[in-house]
Amino acid sequence: MRVLMFGWEFPPHVSGGLGTACFGLTRALTALGHEICFVLPRLKGEGLTSHVELIPASEIPVPAGSTESPLSGFPEAAADPDDPYKGLQLRLINSILRPYLTEHQYEALLYGQDPSLFDDEGAEHETKQGYRILDIPGDYGPNLIAEVLRYAVVAGVIAESQDFDVIHCHDWMTVFAGIHAKRISGRPLVLQIHATEYDRSGENINRNVYDIERYGMSSADRIIAVSHYTKRIVVERYGIAPERVSVVHNAVTRSEARQAMQIGKDHEKKIVLFLGRITFQKGPDYFVEAAAKVLDIVPGVTFIMAGAGDMTTRMIERVAELGIGRHFHFTGFLQGAEIERIFSMSDVYVMPSVSEPFGISPLEAMMYDVPVIISRQSGVSEILKHALKVDFWDIDEMVNKIVALLKFSALGDEMVERSREELRNIRWEQAAEKVVDLYNQLLP
Amino acid sequence: MPAVCIYFQVHQPIRLRRFSVFDINRDHSYEDGAANRQIIDKVAEKCYLPSNELMLELIERHQGAFRIAFCLSGVLMDQLERHRSDVLDSFKRLADTGAVEFLDETYYHSLAFLISPREFKEQILLHRKRIKALFGQEPVTFRNTELIYNDEIAKTVEQMGYQAILAEGADRILGWRSPNFLYRPAGCETLKLLLRNYRLSDDVAFRFGNAKWPEYPLMADKYAHWIHQNLAADVINLFVDYETFGEHQWQETGIFEFLRRLPEEILKHPDFRFQTPAEAARNYDAAAALSVPDHLSWADAERDLTAWLGNGMQKDGFRSLREMEKAARRCRDASTMHQWRLLQTSDHFYYMCTKWFADGTVHKYFNPYASPYDAYINYMNILDDFSGCLKERAQGKQKSARNRQNDKEDLHP
Repeated sequence: MRVLMFGWEFPPHVSGGLGTACFGLTRALTALGHEICFVLPRLKGEGLTSHVELIPASEIPVPAGSTESPLSGFPEAAADPDDPYKGLQLRLINSILRPYLTEHQYEALLYGQDPSLFDDEGAEHETKQGYRILDIPGDYGPNLIAEVLRYAVVAGVIAESQDFDVIHCHDWMTVFAGIHAKRISGRPLVLQIHATEYDRSGENINRNVYDIERYGMSSADRIIAVSHYTKRIVVERYGIAPERVSVVHNAVTRSEARQAMQIGKDHEKKIVLFLGRITFQKGPDYFVEAAAKVLDIVPGVTFIMAGAGDMTTRMIERVAELGIGRHFHFTGFLQGAEIERIFSMSDVYVMPSVSEPFGISPLEAMMYDVPVIISRQSGVSEILKHALKVDFWDIDEMVNKIVALLKFSALGDEMVERSREELRNIRWEQAAEKVVDLYNQLLP
Repeated sequence: MPAVCIYFQVHQPIRLRRFSVFDINRDHSYEDGAANRQIIDKVAEKCYLPSNELMLELIERHQGAFRIAFCLSGVLMDQLERHRSDVLDSFKRLADTGAVEFLDETYYHSLAFLISPREFKEQILLHRKRIKALFGQEPVTFRNTELIYNDEIAKTVEQMGYQAILAEGADRILGWRSPNFLYRPAGCETLKLLLRNYRLSDDVAFRFGNAKWPEYPLMADKYAHWIHQNLAADVINLFVDYETFGEHQWQETGIFEFLRRLPEEILKHPDFRFQTPAEAARNYDAAAALSVPDHLSWADAERDLTAWLGNGMQKDGFRSLREMEKAARRCRDASTMHQWRLLQTSDHFYYMCTKWFADGTVHKYFNPYASPYDAYINYMNILDDFSGCLKERAQGKQKSARNRQNDKEDLHP
């Protein structure tokens, strides 16, 4: 089978779990003998050798003439008074969208250094006669919606030139692309939801993103949710019929470089780790509050917060306010070998997410024999037995469990031993088989 | 003439309350009063009361030809006395029929034999005293926690004057031999060993309500027919949890109807009769000596100690508990000993078992914890608090001893 896939990121350049999941799933799909053509905003050195054919949307020439707009059919134009999208207005250029801001972008935004904040000029370049190249940096920049639309225009061009059986797109950024490709090719569309606007923003959702997500969910032939937790959100918050949503849990990719990177833990100095975007969704504030309470009971523990995000400054200030700066370190955004190193050094991994559709990183921590504490408000807690689980808001219980892991070594030892068995059964192959099964149901 | 020997284990632990790291050194109460009350009420209504009533009816109807044995754990008797004296009264009525034998065990349904011989014996004596007070019987049969058994335990029990002991009729100790005879524990002179017929026992305890079982639905006449096949047997031992009736097997499965018909169906065959363990031990000789060097139990497929002491957490918790014996005794204080012993109840360790956790099937019954890890954390927090109490009380003792000394010196300058 040949799959046209639309994604927004792919290793090694990833900002979170989305790229990691796309990599794991596509590798398992190709191992099953399927071909995947994976469209990305642009290439930044990814996949020089890769199992999938990577297509950078920002390098595909688009005919300058009147291509069909990817927005046609988007509910804005709907005349039917019963249409659920009636009255929707998409403010394309002036909305400051930042669902996944990197540290650099956040700083740029903060200090007003980003020249392209409200500026859509220079978004296309004339190439050879009658063709143009669209600017799609794929950085989750401030005018992301404009980018997303340009990406969809290119998707239409690709859909015309490529041969494939099914379209599979990932998250809202690729919704217009997927639907546009479906309209042009007539192939079935699968939309995989890795995160919703409710996960990222709680109740303060960005209405435009929500509408695009809902548009995608109602247009797709089938929806994949990465957990039952996410399926519930899709059904309850987006009004999607449950029978149209299939749950396919993520898995974890075994890293071959792991053995070489193993660093012994320091048994005298215990480390408790938070690793993820420092944003509302990931619950970094609960981690900081817990750290202060743990230090009251077990002095001398070190807490590390690895990652970047729009809450970093607030967290640094709170740590100072609590007077625990001596025991609390911020590493900034980590990648590749640095992540492996930090996992290897840690004694406890905590994922206090407020809302986590899946959460691959606890699985990665387990690969490094680190016992994990995860929020119950996460998809991964559905498949993990040998992890400690807490409600993200229950700071005292989080403290109880962190202290137990630090004090009673038999606890971590047993969890780690059992986790090894458990990880053997969490494989991308299983996820890929479910996805293929779903493709087959959609094919004539 | 074969005898059918029916014995019921009757036990509910005193469950521990949620005890977080913030409770350590602050709150020294460990029991989950509300949950224990709720569970004992539920089991009383669904199992103990209706089952006892049925047993009484059957004993009266068969004029003593139907005979049974119970072993009530001390912690269960405590809870009944506190909350459900009606259940305790119905057990007393059963005792008054003369057709019911009460067995001894460790008061706290504990693993005390692994703590120290002294602790093991003291808990048995506590239990013996309690049975005597409640039911007027002096038990001559001993059954250890969850049928845990080995040669060592048998020897200790014989020295304490018991005539019979119960154990699991596991294939690994019997080999080609049959569980339907009495055995002489290796190293013992007079003690007789009764072995559970696990096939026939589990037909009732586990398989009875299973609609996928080929023998489903099991009727009393069919079951009696299976028992009647064992004409060469001396004693057929059917040992089950009392909660089988109405709890493990719900009333809707027809388990009470089955039980109601069972005695008459078995007694239809003139060669068969019912006996209690003590009667069987008196009436039959040991067929052979049997050596069981390693611990044996009736739990899980392994039938060893791994349900309680299989993983590192269980061993760590138990080791910490055992190491407190000296300090606990030094307090010379009944309530301290009681608290330490409450923590010995085997269920606390059973909840920490990770063996079958992945399947989520076994070890779940009335389990107050979401995971074995939660069970361990809670238990260790309590142990931590208790160990602090022990230190405090020891210091208190020293201080008051010193004060007394000082007072004396004051008096005799």
